[in-house]
Amino acid sequence: MNQAVIETLFYITEGIALISALLTVTRYNAVHALLYLIITMMAISLIFFILGASFAAALQIIIYAGAIMVLFVFVTMMLHQGDITIKQESMLFRPGRSIGATFLSIILFTETLYLLSPLAELMADTNNGQINHIGAKEIGLQLFGPYLVLVEVSALLLLTALISAFHLGRRHQEQR
Amino acid sequence: MMITEQAMLFFSLALFSIGVFGVLVRRNLIFILISIEIMLNAVAVLFVAASSYHNNSDGQIMYLLVLTLAASEAAVGLGLVIQMYRRTHTLDVDQLSSMKG
Repeated sequence: MNQAVIETLFYITEGIALISALLTVTRYNAVHALLYLIITMMAISLIFFILGASFAAALQIIIYAGAIMVLFVFVTMMLHQGDITIKQESMLFRPGRSIGATFLSIILFTETLYLLSPLAELMADTNNGQINHIGAKEIGLQLFGPYLVLVEVSALLLLTALISAFHLGRRHQEQR
Repeated sequence: MMITEQAMLFFSLALFSIGVFGVLVRRNLIFILISIEIMLNAVAVLFVAASSYHNNSDGQIMYLLVLTLAASEAAVGLGLVIQMYRRTHTLDVDQLSSMKG
């Protein structure tokens, strides 16, 4: 495919991801926010695909959009009470009062961009001018070779999360 | 390559700043968790972009680690959300101001 077409697709996807992320953090209704977040995840998956990381793109859809977001949607819908919740949320979050936070975030953004711009030039020097395709085979060889300890630690982390989620999810015990 | 590194860096930083904005502004626990997910995604994008530019699969292995971390964080965080809702019947984090021994 033409390089310019890919570039245009990339910038459109980037715009979609940023707009839907911005809509996610400003919604009153948690279910709408989660649906916008799923759009963000899918846009990021497409960006991974354009960058040549097809395995990461598949994982982004399967695990993020498929598993984690379903968990979020399930809990949100369990706790959602319709209009009462939205009314409560509009009491909690007022866009007019978030000027300070907007200002601070924009300062952080420009500061970090300014500090990291030499890094981007450094990255441009090392790039050989091609989209590098890294598939599941290379990742698997690395993962079960030099990074074997990381796999074990991840397994331990997931087990810990499972046990603590099980403990936290229990019904509150009556006081003795 | 036409997709520049600056564009990827800009995108990742913008996404991270939106996440920071969400954590600062929202008082609902579910929205704070959502904003943390956005921030984790921004970091994951930067890892995969760096991996692609250097033709090195280490960045994608770090992406897998971020994915594992996000899954465990979501599980524990949502457990805390359910427990908080059971105790206070609201998700306003400012209501969690009293301690019980």
